[in-house]
Amino acid sequence: MTLIQFKNVTKTYGSGDSTFRALKGLNLAIEDGEFLALMGPSGSGKSTTMNIAACLDTLTSGSYLFQNVPVENLNTYQRTLLRRNFLGFIFQGFNLLPRSSALENVELPLIYRGDKVLERRSAANAALEKVGLSNWRNHTPSELSGGQQQRVAIARAIVTKPKILLADEPTGNLDSQTSEEIMSLLTSLNRDLGITVIMVTHEPQMAEYASRVVHFLDGQITN
Amino acid sequence: MFWNSFALAVNAIKRNLLRSFLTVLGIIIGVAAVITMVTVGRGATQSVSDQISAMGTNQLIVRPGQRRGSGANTPKFKQKDVDLIKTQVTGITGVAPYSTLSATVIFQAKNYTTLITGTTNDFFTVGNWVLQSGRQFYDNELNSGKASCILGTTVKNKLFGKENPQGQRIRVKQFTCEVIGVLESKGQSTWGTDQDDKVLMPLKTVHRRLLGSLDIERMAVKVADSNKISIAQTKITELIRQSRRLPDNMENDFRVLDMRQIIQTLTGTTRVLTMLLGAVAAVSLLVGGIGIMNIMLVSVTERTKEIGIRLAIGALEKHVLMQFLIEAVVLSSIGGVLGLILAAGLSIFGASLMGVPFIFDLQINILAFLFAASIGILFGFVPARRAARLNPIDALRHE
Repeated sequence: MTLIQFKNVTKTYGSGDSTFRALKGLNLAIEDGEFLALMGPSGSGKSTTMNIAACLDTLTSGSYLFQNVPVENLNTYQRTLLRRNFLGFIFQGFNLLPRSSALENVELPLIYRGDKVLERRSAANAALEKVGLSNWRNHTPSELSGGQQQRVAIARAIVTKPKILLADEPTGNLDSQTSEEIMSLLTSLNRDLGITVIMVTHEPQMAEYASRVVHFLDGQITN
Repeated sequence: MFWNSFALAVNAIKRNLLRSFLTVLGIIIGVAAVITMVTVGRGATQSVSDQISAMGTNQLIVRPGQRRGSGANTPKFKQKDVDLIKTQVTGITGVAPYSTLSATVIFQAKNYTTLITGTTNDFFTVGNWVLQSGRQFYDNELNSGKASCILGTTVKNKLFGKENPQGQRIRVKQFTCEVIGVLESKGQSTWGTDQDDKVLMPLKTVHRRLLGSLDIERMAVKVADSNKISIAQTKITELIRQSRRLPDNMENDFRVLDMRQIIQTLTGTTRVLTMLLGAVAAVSLLVGGIGIMNIMLVSVTERTKEIGIRLAIGALEKHVLMQFLIEAVVLSSIGGVLGLILAAGLSIFGASLMGVPFIFDLQINILAFLFAASIGILFGFVPARRAARLNPIDALRHE
């Protein structure tokens, strides 16, 4: 089943003479349960693709379908709901709230969703257990290693039981051994929980974990 | 959701305790200033009207002097004016004549300079005076001009200390007079004069033995019904004009003052001053509000990345808006509460310093607090909206 689909998507930044065309007619369909790696040099359009997939950015022309619903027709509120219920994010820089504990960070999406205290606490604990950090739940990010912080970020991404996990260079700040651990964690989430993973990466070794690799160049797919 | 935002706000405030305190200092000072000004002002107004009431309500003061120009050569009153008012004006309970002079009174080795007032027993009715001990003047004392006197508490304390002055003789100029009573204390008047610093004698005694003239300086008239004061005022004016045969085209060479008008004028002045000072203090509240806005804008910029994270993982604009708005309101409310506490201290201190009663005014306290809290909403809204409208992609990239 096709989960998301880009149909002739273009994205232009700026206006007048200083326009930059980040995407020039992108066509891409992603099936439910895929593990996709997006590769390509800087400025080739992969981050823009991620942002549009994450419903954070709007497209200039074309259509982006999420489960056959054109997202460009949704308003900000509906896009936030879509993000909240179907998407999880992990970032290169982890992006955890620095002064909150691991548990509080993982709970955050559930708070905004309006879950009850006990429900969200047990869900957050379960997510932390899945990434192997049960014993670290009361530590703040500064007390955790880079790999552990990324695990907390993954727990925060999966606590809402999303359909898609969007990872923007998840291993970019990590050493190779920790990177491998994170990649096997993502692989197991993809395999065991059936979460579709879309990952941007520069490193070919990381791309090897993916079931499909898409190469970008100059706002278009080359393969 | 509300409690989460509240907890977040409290955490954010605690994180920058010194900065938060400095921010709310403006509000604290503003609230405290407004409340203190108004409370002390109310106290001053109250004390003015209290003191004037203590001098006697429903009172008309008849004094020599024109409305304009100096009153130096205007004629004084005579006993016949007192009798005229007493017999011709209806609805009055007393007419007290006053003839005063400053003189030194001596008892044994102690002497004290005070104000000798020649009057009648109407003095007690008209001025709401009560005797602490002793008695009023006997009729024969008044008629014959006997050397009897009644002391104010200040004079009694200076000359006799804790001794009982009853029946003692004090020396005034060339004669001695017998102390027959002591007045109940009234304390300071509105104008700061000591009302207990006086010695009463029969009017005739003062006229014959001290002044050597029959002039009456002024008269105080007590009206029974407070609704009929102006009628009495008109009537007295007419009577005196007639007895002095003033032609219609001539202005009065005397004045009939209504105590109520004096009260209203004086309390009116303090009330206007109170409002003015309160308004000036309210400006500092506004300045405090701008301080909150400034620091909230800094806070939003500082936490751009945090806001980006929140927006990316599913926070709605309204969640972020609420978070920052509540933070601003919590800040200003803390300022409000601290301001109330400071104001209570300052008001009590200020009231005692100025010698006016401390009157706790719940209304102004609530008003000032609500004003402070709404300043949080007002000045917190712009920074909060700026936070809520951040583009999550840009916010996440912010370092």
